[in-house]
Amino acid sequence: MAGTGKAHLRDREDTIIRVEDLVVEFPAPGGNKVHAVSGISLDVAPGETLGIVGESGCGKSTTAKAMIQLPRPTSGSVEFKGQDLTMIDDEALRQLRTDLQIIFQDPISSLNPRRKVGEVVAEPLRVWGPSDKDEQVRRVNAMLEAVGIDPAVAREKRPHEFSGGQCQRISIARALVLEPQVIICDEPVSALDVSVQAQILNLLEDLKAEFNLTLVFIAHDLAVVKNISDRVAVMYLGKICEVAEANSLYENPAHPYTNLLLGSSPVPDPLAQIDESSVDEGELPSPIHPPSGCRFRTRCDRATDLCSRVEPEIQRVTDEHYVACHFPLVDLDQEKQDFVNEDAAAAADNDSDEVDQNEVSIGGESNE
Amino acid sequence: MIKKNDSQLGGSPLLVVEDLKTHFELPAGMVKAVDGVSFQLAPGKTLGVVGESGSGKTVLSRTIMRLTLGNNVHTSGSVLFEGREILDVSLKAMQRTWGLEMAMVFQDPMTSLNPVVKIGRQVTEHIRKHLNVPKKEAQATALQLLRSVRIPEPEARFGAYPHELSGGMRQRVSIAIALACGPKILLADEPTTALDVTVQHQILNLLSQQRRERHMAMILVTHDLGVVAGRTDEIAVMYAGKIVEKAPTWMLFSKVQHPYTEALLRSIPRTTQRNHTRLAAIAGRPPDLINPPSGCKFSPRCPYAQQKCREEEPQLQTTAESEHAFACWYPVGTPENKEAFEKNMAARLPQTLAVAEGKVVDESVIDALPIVGAK
Repeated sequence: MAGTGKAHLRDREDTIIRVEDLVVEFPAPGGNKVHAVSGISLDVAPGETLGIVGESGCGKSTTAKAMIQLPRPTSGSVEFKGQDLTMIDDEALRQLRTDLQIIFQDPISSLNPRRKVGEVVAEPLRVWGPSDKDEQVRRVNAMLEAVGIDPAVAREKRPHEFSGGQCQRISIARALVLEPQVIICDEPVSALDVSVQAQILNLLEDLKAEFNLTLVFIAHDLAVVKNISDRVAVMYLGKICEVAEANSLYENPAHPYTNLLLGSSPVPDPLAQIDESSVDEGELPSPIHPPSGCRFRTRCDRATDLCSRVEPEIQRVTDEHYVACHFPLVDLDQEKQDFVNEDAAAAADNDSDEVDQNEVSIGGESNE
Repeated sequence: MIKKNDSQLGGSPLLVVEDLKTHFELPAGMVKAVDGVSFQLAPGKTLGVVGESGSGKTVLSRTIMRLTLGNNVHTSGSVLFEGREILDVSLKAMQRTWGLEMAMVFQDPMTSLNPVVKIGRQVTEHIRKHLNVPKKEAQATALQLLRSVRIPEPEARFGAYPHELSGGMRQRVSIAIALACGPKILLADEPTTALDVTVQHQILNLLSQQRRERHMAMILVTHDLGVVAGRTDEIAVMYAGKIVEKAPTWMLFSKVQHPYTEALLRSIPRTTQRNHTRLAAIAGRPPDLINPPSGCKFSPRCPYAQQKCREEEPQLQTTAESEHAFACWYPVGTPENKEAFEKNMAARLPQTLAVAEGKVVDESVIDALPIVGAK
């Protein structure tokens, strides 16, 4: 898996957010570095929902937070409406952030327990909104109503008087009150019960239509991400494996890691085939010393010597499906394939087994 | 009274739970966490217990293990393990049952392992105490166990502390400890909830494999219907401290009878659906266990609820022809159920709209609905 390459990026004019070569590193003991995000590129079109999915430690939250410069990334650029957020000063960033809001995973800890719900939702307006108090109240009420909370009852209550699902809706109201263009949702339903999760997902869809929002939605649950997203990016250990239109990704996964994720996710159907063979497949390697070449190779049954030497670049499968793998599970676009073939042939000189694997991967239409 | 539900899981049952109640006395009132649960489990079989947070599934498994302690706990009913009443056994005597006959795996392996003791000792200690074998022999058995739960390089991990292992590895260690003395039943309480999907898949496979090899019975407690779907013989769905539906796994999924189970299944997004599929949400929230709603506990959230549901509580009953048990007056798929749904749709009941149209309904609306027959 790679992540280098920008084949999947669309024209600048068509996007509202464009992330290029984003790198986020954190210091680790002993002078080491945690390579949380290692050179990824992504873009989001206006009105689109981009889902980012992956296991814990894959860098999905770090990527989302880096988009709003929390903290500022180590290198790379984040363009929002044509402006590079990494280049502008703090004051300009502060003003731009009114258009970029975020919702966090734990709805209860993201609300100040000592303030009334009315105050919590009005806080962004105190900083940026109209000075007219009545207008502020009117907007807070409208927003609480939009998320299905009765403002007359809720305004004077404190967060602990609400359930987890209600608190998450209050957080959404607070994020929406400045009428932003983009909302980053960092695992917004992971802490909720399944019955409440459905309500929040439906609500986000409604609000997206009502307020013309663009969403970046992060979750570890593949089914949740598919439900809400137009486009999905699969991340592994700080890199992008695959970016595709949501239905295409799930019907024809091209990356072995996407396939592993899909095969592992529990299906509420007793007749679904469970692959019981995997009892001891690997776990996520350390992000301090990530594997060379393709970072997924240590857990991949298709990995060859080529994967340890050369990091695969993102290549086109179809116009709305891109994958970063030397031996993808579906056919690639012919012209883009030359690079792989040449390199695979070179690698095959060392080990004849690899030729077979390459042929299998290119010959096999898909695994569906 | 409750009609007895004999489950036809073959052989004489290993575990018989009868009208089990666990109530916690709090200043605010009595919390009826488990309120009259009955089931049987045959040797070597797996029962899945499914419910949302607050449904009583964890308290149920802890009560069966005698782990609900304290002065404010009131337990009644009966838990027969191989014909022996577990609830009457002294805690001192329970020490000979724990590990040897009944073992448990908990949700969070970081808190269930001792952080300052090396994992090798945590496994051997258990074997030496219960099986009374010399240290050398216990160590050999422990290594064998760690190997069987697929810990890579068990010799090297023997001297490691829990924090040096990943979450999945820690859960493997706690499974090794639970299996160490060859228990006849393993209670796994959300064993994979804290883990990533790929690791969850491995741990569930490991549990299935060990259960088969050891011919051990298992109770798998989870909130995820997907986790129990392909891995259990029977499923019990819990709501507000009671089992509302219980059936062999294939039967439960192929012919859902209880509206709560149906609602749970429909509210889960699936990878087989197109994106942006409107989800059938369940309006409202799990009930207050101190002052539960009158009648059927699910009635305030149920899209089919009628007057009768709010007044009279249905009991868990099996039909004459099958072992499918459910507690509902208007079971899913019956003509009465269809009629109830149409009536509620005509009345524009919010919980019915939530399911039918995916409408977002605030839970306070549901809470505020007049409950007929309430004190």
